[in-house]
Amino acid sequence: MLQAIGADGIEALFDEIPAELKDTRLERVPHASSEMEISRLMQERAAQDGRWSSFIGAGAYEHHIPAAVWQLVTRGEFYSAYTPYQAEASQGTLQLLYEYQSMIAGLTGLDAANASLYDGASALGEAMLMAVRLHKSSRRILLPRNLHPHYAAAARTIVSSQEVEIVEVPYCAQRGTLEVAALEAIADKSAAALVIAQPNAFGALEDVHMLTDWAHRHGMLAIAVVNPVSLALLAAPGSWGARGADIALGEGQPMGVPLSGGGPYFGFMTCKAAHIRQMPGRIAGATVDAAGARGFALTLQAREQHIRRSKATSNICTNQGLAVTAATIHMALLGPSGLRRVAQACHGGLQRLIDRLRPLGVRPRFTAPCFHEAVLELGVPAGPVLEAMRAERILGGLDLSDWSAELSGALLVCVTETKTDADLDHYARALSAALARVRGTG
Amino acid sequence: MKVAQDRRYAATHEWARLEADGSVAVGITDHAQELLGDLVFVETPEVGKSFAKGQACGVVESVKAASDIYAPVAGEVTAVNAELSGSPERINEDAHATWIFKLRPNDPGELATLMDAAAYEGAVNADQG
Repeated sequence: MLQAIGADGIEALFDEIPAELKDTRLERVPHASSEMEISRLMQERAAQDGRWSSFIGAGAYEHHIPAAVWQLVTRGEFYSAYTPYQAEASQGTLQLLYEYQSMIAGLTGLDAANASLYDGASALGEAMLMAVRLHKSSRRILLPRNLHPHYAAAARTIVSSQEVEIVEVPYCAQRGTLEVAALEAIADKSAAALVIAQPNAFGALEDVHMLTDWAHRHGMLAIAVVNPVSLALLAAPGSWGARGADIALGEGQPMGVPLSGGGPYFGFMTCKAAHIRQMPGRIAGATVDAAGARGFALTLQAREQHIRRSKATSNICTNQGLAVTAATIHMALLGPSGLRRVAQACHGGLQRLIDRLRPLGVRPRFTAPCFHEAVLELGVPAGPVLEAMRAERILGGLDLSDWSAELSGALLVCVTETKTDADLDHYARALSAALARVRGTG
Repeated sequence: MKVAQDRRYAATHEWARLEADGSVAVGITDHAQELLGDLVFVETPEVGKSFAKGQACGVVESVKAASDIYAPVAGEVTAVNAELSGSPERINEDAHATWIFKLRPNDPGELATLMDAAAYEGAVNADQG
């Protein structure tokens, strides 16, 4: 082959790389190990980790994934990291994307969905740009301060070179949610959209109807940032307020995707039919072939960069195919009733944990109702308490002083359906002992 | 390729026709619709917005391409063809009978700077040759 292309040798194909970069000796990389040696090493390391009981949510949630999900996902027909485009995408792949889109649109109560984005945080950045394109006159976005700080940071990065102004909306320190007064204070500034997180980063539930109507009354779009499991119990974004949210997005990880050290996850995005031409990402559509048989194709591709180039809605040209496959199978296996039972178990579990902690003098910091996460007021710095709980192999929650100094002493705790009453009892005992230690009374 | 004699043409394949009420109707040429293929969507400019001559003011989208529409003369948009939101294919059927938007020109004399039918036809043939 080298002869056929007229190359002197394989090195000739790499001659663009400067010589000083080519001959680096990798002195600190050990010799290759065999498969057997590596397997043993990994097993020993995993055994060191041990089993932990995790009560940390904060954007990524531990849920039970039925064994059938990944059994099916790892089938050769699905299991590929590649993002096929129109010419090479199989009907099976496109049908799966279409079914995923149908499910996620239904779950959020909106008309159209894309085939997914990288994750919830970048989906927010994309939604903000989409809102600015749709609004046409304002490039300002109202962002609540009780949104997950990683989402706010990622969104800021994504819009940073697009001349989009972000105005922060403070939350009520007592309820933990957005209040009309804070919104009215900035009502004189026009904006393209108000971002509403439900539940918000504290697990607290916002008055989404009031907020959506407020946004629409002031000529703004309403962008919903939602948890997909919560949608089995809470009002879907499509029915928020009188007209429904315009765009809904969030992190799809809770649906069949394991925590796996932070990723890969996937971002979902849905919108009203009128907005579909401004939605980024790939979109699969159903159609009929020349013989009238049903088929699937990527559609509305004129939004995308391979056709619109610099005027494309986004330069994302992929989707999280594998994670989406898992989520689709997960949603199909659970069905609406299964998803509702999971959500109810999460909600009930959190309430039962809070009840066990009241006698310890530990109460929720905010007064608004919560879904599966709540901020607990410890009265002492959370760090040492969590350290003590780790001795019981319990990850007690997220120390919110990580997010902001004003939240020191606050612990964000999450309970999912994976926690039994015995787990909650264990948590209460461990927290009690830890508090006694830290308060110096133990 | 059809060319109508009653109007002027831009090098970017828009036609511009002076209406009786002094407005300028704008559409795309038969040649343009043939190059684009079946149109699926037309993004029309907003009524009330003003554009400079040559400024991008809309988009015609087909299955394989999305092309900007450029204002052939400077002016303010006074009307858009509502029919196009439901039936963009009208442009494929008869591009010269289907106006996309109407402008109130800043200077009606600017039309004279555009090509006449013969010049446009010549320019297209030169392109293809």
